[in-house]
Amino acid sequence: MALLDIDHLSISFGGLQAVLDFNVEIEKGELYGLIGPNGAGKTTVFNLLTGVYQPDEGIIRLDGVDITGHSTEAINHDGIARTFQNIRLFKALSVIDNVKAGLHERFPYPTIAGILKLPSYRKAEQEMDEEAMKLLEVFGLAPERDTLAANLPYGAQRKLEIARAMATNPKLLLLDEPAAGMNPNETGELMDTIRFIRDEFDMTVLLIEHDMKLVSGICDRLTVLNFGRILAEGETKAVLNDPEVIKAYLGD
Amino acid sequence: MKNSFLQKNKDELLTYGLLLIFWIVMEVMRRGGMLTSHFSSMLVPMTYYAIGAVALNLCVGILGELSIGHAGFMCIGAFSSAIFSLLFKETMPTAPRFFLAFLVGIAFSALFGFLIGIPVLRLKGDYLAIVTLAFGEIIKNILTAIYLGVDSKGVHIALNMTNFKIETDGIKLINGAQGVSGTPRNSSFTIGMIVLFLALFVTTNLIKSRDGRAIMSIRDNRIAAESIGINVTRYKMLAFTISAAIAGAAGVLFSHNVTTMTNISNYFGYNASIMLLVYVVLGGIGNIRGSVIAAMILYLLPEMMRGLNRYRMLIYAIVLILMMLFNWAPAMVDWRKKTFGALFKTVTKSNEKEVA
Ligand SMILES: Nc1ncnc2c1ncn2[C@@H]1O[C@H](COP(=O)(O)OP(=O)(O)O)[C@@H](O)[C@H]1O
Ligand SMILES: [Mg+2]
Repeated sequence: MALLDIDHLSISFGGLQAVLDFNVEIEKGELYGLIGPNGAGKTTVFNLLTGVYQPDEGIIRLDGVDITGHSTEAINHDGIARTFQNIRLFKALSVIDNVKAGLHERFPYPTIAGILKLPSYRKAEQEMDEEAMKLLEVFGLAPERDTLAANLPYGAQRKLEIARAMATNPKLLLLDEPAAGMNPNETGELMDTIRFIRDEFDMTVLLIEHDMKLVSGICDRLTVLNFGRILAEGETKAVLNDPEVIKAYLGD
Repeated sequence: MKNSFLQKNKDELLTYGLLLIFWIVMEVMRRGGMLTSHFSSMLVPMTYYAIGAVALNLCVGILGELSIGHAGFMCIGAFSSAIFSLLFKETMPTAPRFFLAFLVGIAFSALFGFLIGIPVLRLKGDYLAIVTLAFGEIIKNILTAIYLGVDSKGVHIALNMTNFKIETDGIKLINGAQGVSGTPRNSSFTIGMIVLFLALFVTTNLIKSRDGRAIMSIRDNRIAAESIGINVTRYKMLAFTISAAIAGAAGVLFSHNVTTMTNISNYFGYNASIMLLVYVVLGGIGNIRGSVIAAMILYLLPEMMRGLNRYRMLIYAIVLILMMLFNWAPAMVDWRKKTFGALFKTVTKSNEKEVA
């Protein structure tokens, strides 16, 4: 059984058919790419997957469970975490607090324990600190733990968003243009990090990306969207050599 | 271990320390007869305005929702606790009665904070501000219009004096526009300071806890907060209710200080809410200690300058401007960062953008 199974997913905004009959099956542990020209509907697919938009039609199953119609919050609890194309960090919070916000649901304690600083507060906060630092190490952000998120360089902000999403311990990680605005060096590092996450945390990743080096470098399979419809899908190499795909990209 | 405790709590310890020094100095001056009676009489109001400012900063600076009806929550705390104290004035010793009056005032304002939060927190920005303003005015106007009393025949409620038929053996709790009178004068500077400390303790510890992080993450980016599984409604309600409850505690101090509450428009109208907002903005939005300092300075200052009658409001205006520069001018912010390091913190609210 596929970890993520999307059937006939469609949505339109007014007269605009943003996504039409989108289907995909992603296996556990896969690095799957979603590519396509600007405005093809890629981010809309993420917004449908995370309950930001409700689909007009279609079914989304995660690990065999139908999660269609769940709220954004519930879908995170179901096991999907994401990053955003235009970064959405908690800017006035420190780097470590951004990650600890992601750990929120996993280390609960009552409000009163926090106000009175009871032992359950201390214990949970310490565990959160340790867990957050582990994640920050993975992303090379440990030295910046007390920096305000707003003051991080762009590339580091993108990484922090991934760390925050990972903190929710998802089954599926959605990355929306994670390499956007990064230089080739940073992109190279990011590729290593994504691979590391997959191997170390047994993570399944669905990513939207324009950087073809990254896509061909780490994605096992791809789906190409164009005008909201699937143009091509399959093994990365085969898809990237498909003349239709090349045409769609050159025509952009 | 000890050092790391100091390090971790440096900010709060500084707040408590400064406040403690201020308290001791005031207390010594008061007992030594160095304060005019007029100045002494301002110490209690100063504590409840500082508490009100802390409450409002929790709502505006930490939750990131602009409320201009917070005086309404003070009003509810003031009236509910005053009624409680009037009812048990003869039958209960002062200390437990005043303690229970606090619980009553806090419980009622928290309840109203919760009930009003349900519709209000669905709104955003200006709309939320306008509705909170309306709420504050409605509360005030209802309490100005109502007649409430108890006698041997039971509870009487009326909306005008002729319908308010209370026996002579009864107690008039709220007497229309004349308000509430005869509340025991139980508030003191010491109790005010204790409540202020408690309000600071609750607020700063809440901010530093998991719940506080959730609240601030919603402020910084609601959509991202949802995406990591945070229950946005729950935490907005939590922050708003606690904020209302703290404002209610300030109201309890108020009603047990003035003892007669007539003309409540002067105390709980929108100008009072705006005044609290001025304290919050000038003290630094999201900066809890700043709210306390601003409230104290701005409340005491005009009164301290009574001698300079002609220039009083001029000096007041200059101080307002200087405080604003100190807190917000970029050059000052840099200078402060260099000079005081982490001592002063200002947190600005980031703007929500569209989903992408
Ligand atoms: N909330 C919305 N309302 C109206 N149109 C939208 C909305 N969200 C996306 N769209 C439109 O849907 C199309 C696909 O957008 P998007 O998914 O962001 O593309 P991309 O593939 O570049 O991520 C675009 O034409 C966009 O303008
Ligand atoms: Mg996009």
